[in-house]
Amino acid sequence: MAYKRNIDRLPIPPRDAKVNSVVCHYCIVGCGYKAYSWPVNRQGGPAPGDNAYGEDMRGQLGADSAAWVAPSMYNVVRQNGQDVHIVIKPDHDCVVNSGLGSIRGARMAEMSYSTVTGTQQARLTDPLVWRYGTMSPASWDDSLGLVAEVTRRVIEEQGEDGLLVSAYDHGGAGGGYENTWATGKLYFESMKVKNIRIHNRPAYNSEVHGSRDMGVGELNNCYEDAELADTLFVAGANSLETQTNYFLNHWVPNLRGSTLDKKRSQLPNEPHAAARIIVVDPRRTVTIAACEAEAGKENVLHLRINSGTDLALFNALFTEIAAKGWTDKAFIAASTSNYDAAVGANRTTVEEAVRLTGVSAEDIRKAAAWIAEPKQGGARRRTMFAYEKGIIWGNDNYRTNQSLVNVALATGNVGRPGGGCVRLGGHQEGYARPSDGHVGKPAQNVDELLIGGKGGIHHIWGCDHFKTTLNASEFKRAYQRRTNMVKEAMDSVPAGDRAAQVEAIMRAIRAGGLFSVDVDLVPTQIGSCAHVVLPAATSGEMNLTSMNGERRMRLTERYMDPPGNAMPDCLIVARLAQSLERSFRAAGNAAVADRFQGYDWKTEEDAFMDGYHRHEKGGEFVTYARLRAMGTNGFQEPAVGLETTGAVAGSTTTGASPGVVVQGPAIEGARGREPLQQAAPNAGAIGAPAAASGGSERILGTKRLYADGKFNRPDGKAVFAATQWRGLQAAGKQAEKDSHRFLVNNGRANHVWQSAYLDQHNDFVRDRFPYPYIGMNPDDMGELALKPGDLVEIFNGNGATQAVAWPEGGLGRNQTFMLFGYPTGVQGNVVSKATNELVIPNYKQTWANIRKLSDAPEAVRHLSWKVQEYRAQT
Amino acid sequence: MSGCNKLTESGRRFFLGRSALAVAGAAAASTVPQASARATPALARVAYPVSRLGNLRDLKVNEPMDISYPDADSTGVLIKLGTPVEGGVGPDGDVVAFSNLCPHKGYPMFYAADDRTLNCPGHYSRFDCEKGGLQVWGHATQNLAQFRLRVDAGGDIHAEGVDELLYGRHSNVLA
Repeated sequence: MAYKRNIDRLPIPPRDAKVNSVVCHYCIVGCGYKAYSWPVNRQGGPAPGDNAYGEDMRGQLGADSAAWVAPSMYNVVRQNGQDVHIVIKPDHDCVVNSGLGSIRGARMAEMSYSTVTGTQQARLTDPLVWRYGTMSPASWDDSLGLVAEVTRRVIEEQGEDGLLVSAYDHGGAGGGYENTWATGKLYFESMKVKNIRIHNRPAYNSEVHGSRDMGVGELNNCYEDAELADTLFVAGANSLETQTNYFLNHWVPNLRGSTLDKKRSQLPNEPHAAARIIVVDPRRTVTIAACEAEAGKENVLHLRINSGTDLALFNALFTEIAAKGWTDKAFIAASTSNYDAAVGANRTTVEEAVRLTGVSAEDIRKAAAWIAEPKQGGARRRTMFAYEKGIIWGNDNYRTNQSLVNVALATGNVGRPGGGCVRLGGHQEGYARPSDGHVGKPAQNVDELLIGGKGGIHHIWGCDHFKTTLNASEFKRAYQRRTNMVKEAMDSVPAGDRAAQVEAIMRAIRAGGLFSVDVDLVPTQIGSCAHVVLPAATSGEMNLTSMNGERRMRLTERYMDPPGNAMPDCLIVARLAQSLERSFRAAGNAAVADRFQGYDWKTEEDAFMDGYHRHEKGGEFVTYARLRAMGTNGFQEPAVGLETTGAVAGSTTTGASPGVVVQGPAIEGARGREPLQQAAPNAGAIGAPAAASGGSERILGTKRLYADGKFNRPDGKAVFAATQWRGLQAAGKQAEKDSHRFLVNNGRANHVWQSAYLDQHNDFVRDRFPYPYIGMNPDDMGELALKPGDLVEIFNGNGATQAVAWPEGGLGRNQTFMLFGYPTGVQGNVVSKATNELVIPNYKQTWANIRKLSDAPEAVRHLSWKVQEYRAQT
Repeated sequence: MSGCNKLTESGRRFFLGRSALAVAGAAAASTVPQASARATPALARVAYPVSRLGNLRDLKVNEPMDISYPDADSTGVLIKLGTPVEGGVGPDGDVVAFSNLCPHKGYPMFYAADDRTLNCPGHYSRFDCEKGGLQVWGHATQNLAQFRLRVDAGGDIHAEGVDELLYGRHSNVLA
């Protein structure tokens, strides 16, 4: 039977329950929530005066009620050493989600550590050190002392290149401005570590270099633009499952036509209709089904391309739009460069694109018209361009990204209402670090270094390569071999003899071993190889700031204690830096020791003030007190002033390249007079930064980037890119395709956040997905004699993995779709090591064969294999 | 550090912990001042009414009957699926009943007879009536509340309990 909690009532928060602002720490959308907490021996009542919501709960509540709490939104947690009831429920006053909660975020309470209800008992509570053949608890001083000693010794023998680092660079859980600053300060300021990589890719690089190099930062619009657009153009994204409440709260109303009043009011001098949507995806997704249900099939265009051919499609659209004269000539002239050269270089006929993409000529021409054909009366059509992992993890990342930005620029759709050319995002963002210029471009492929026996010590911050890297099979074999060498060495001398331990470790490292230090929330798969594991706190167990996909920055207030001795990452960094300082000083190297000063942070707020506040563009206006006062709505980065000062820092910026600020007056003549642009806050002159008063004044932000038509290039002009098609770019992909039957497309399931690092310990999710699923065309399943739920092996020359088969009529023949990054079947095992020229992996274009392993395992026999997509009632 | 052992442990503790939770709720309830020393002590679980939903002879295969349980404001459907399912009652083991309010946001769902699912027009969630209300796809953080049924000798179908918190209530039975 389906998993049921058998909970038939929940406590109600009393009127005086404590209320904290919470931003969901899972996906990029960053939905607003409120945490209500109150002592365990008290409760409120259902009458409106008796509960913290002020709602009448005495009868059945209506749909969309602000007062209903699902069991997953309730828990008992520790707060300042006391057990308290807690409810974490969606905030109806947050403009991002308007009270909607996703299947991931609405479980935040249940996904919290509780010794009372037993949830998330896998969380790490103590530092652990490899001793006596197992991981044994240790103190912070003891564990960090060992890490510092080995780190120092490796650096002394191999230089800083002997220290390999894997570190998240994002916001939300296991990230945030406090923690990225701290890790950045340690590795980029106290040291100049170059062998560093990010959580989901083997190098330290941008996933969207292509767009940035054109001068277009990737998060340049606001969520309201999806309500204002005439056309939504989406490539390689399944937003109903991966940016759920952005889709539900901002796209769907436009598809339904319920934002028409807003369009007429904000954009009065042009005709308006409900939005149409174009989705580029090799498979039919639940997103497409939902769009059809809302907008009608006639307003949804699914361009079902051959996997990896996005670039050819975008070049054809660019060519077609240019040929029709549907470009924004004034914008191109005033705000861009290299247009004519790009049109020439990228010329792709519709017929060529038909041949490469498999999409019909009629549909390609229809897409061009939906994107750019002027509206009645000649008004420019407003199209929002959005993309995510289908492009980012797809064939020829850099050029494909650029070929889409070309279309957006040609049609004048960056920096204007109803436009934007944006990545949709995975996590929230929260990057604040000293310059990474020394890393170089292309950056080092750290996975290859680890596989190749390079380096002596590996610091891991919230990453699990075993689940979320490419070429994972080989990586795991090499990593286990190298770390085992060190474990055997450590076992050969008494654990309490620190000097002997360090000598044994160093001998093993010289012989090709690797010392591994893993900082995380829960035991990870790569952590099973670590010699020191350090327990981190997550969002809500510490104050944490991040920004969402429209650069909306909020503070999640601490509402509970971290488990046991776990600490915020930034404070772990501080203590590690201090340990390194002591270690170098004791070794007589005062000059190096001095570099590890400046970490006297007592709280995460200290790290925030040292990092974001002092270093980030607009950071001088941002304090915890001001963010607290702005609640779940926050402000949109970059900050340009305070309500008391007005906008004092006008600029255009991505926020991603601090220091790249292009000054100059808005060029309205070239842009047309956009009503919103006139009211934009970033029209002010550059001035002296306002002093941080410590008060709670409202922060003024930036609704859209580039609203003044100036871009992040030295001349202020976005540059069109030459993006010729070159087939499957990554080495060996074409051969892999030619020699295997099935495309192993991959991505996310609605139920699961990221690599299921917390979800794997949640009964509701584990019941639904004990194993990853692989969607297969029912006819292919028939040919392989597979029944729904059967366990299959997916295998190729890179490795092998497992999944259970789920018939999906929305998949073409010989195409599959596998859940990515799942603990009980890692898709990365079958992804080749090939990357693009900037070391961006190509997870999506993977081909393999499939064979049956067994009939459906017991754990999946109670599950449903019906089609996922919704069909409206007929 | 053994992830597997930890996983088993967490599952076991979850079970124990969640059982304890109902008791904790009752303990909290009992701290509300009682009007009289002779007042009935609170029970650990809500007391469900027994309600007659219909008779077997009223049901046609795959045609849902509108019902409500535990009271008129909590609507649902009673369905004879035509094939036996786990948790089904009646001589054919195929009669089930579910709340029809989506546990995501409380929108009334419609029954799709072609694949025996309840579907939410609000945000597209789908629940499988042949699999105990398992969410096929959707936003709810729980599977669909199913009504526990009993069929008496005369073929009358009675509801006598619910296995999940119903949308729109802090307590499945409202005072």
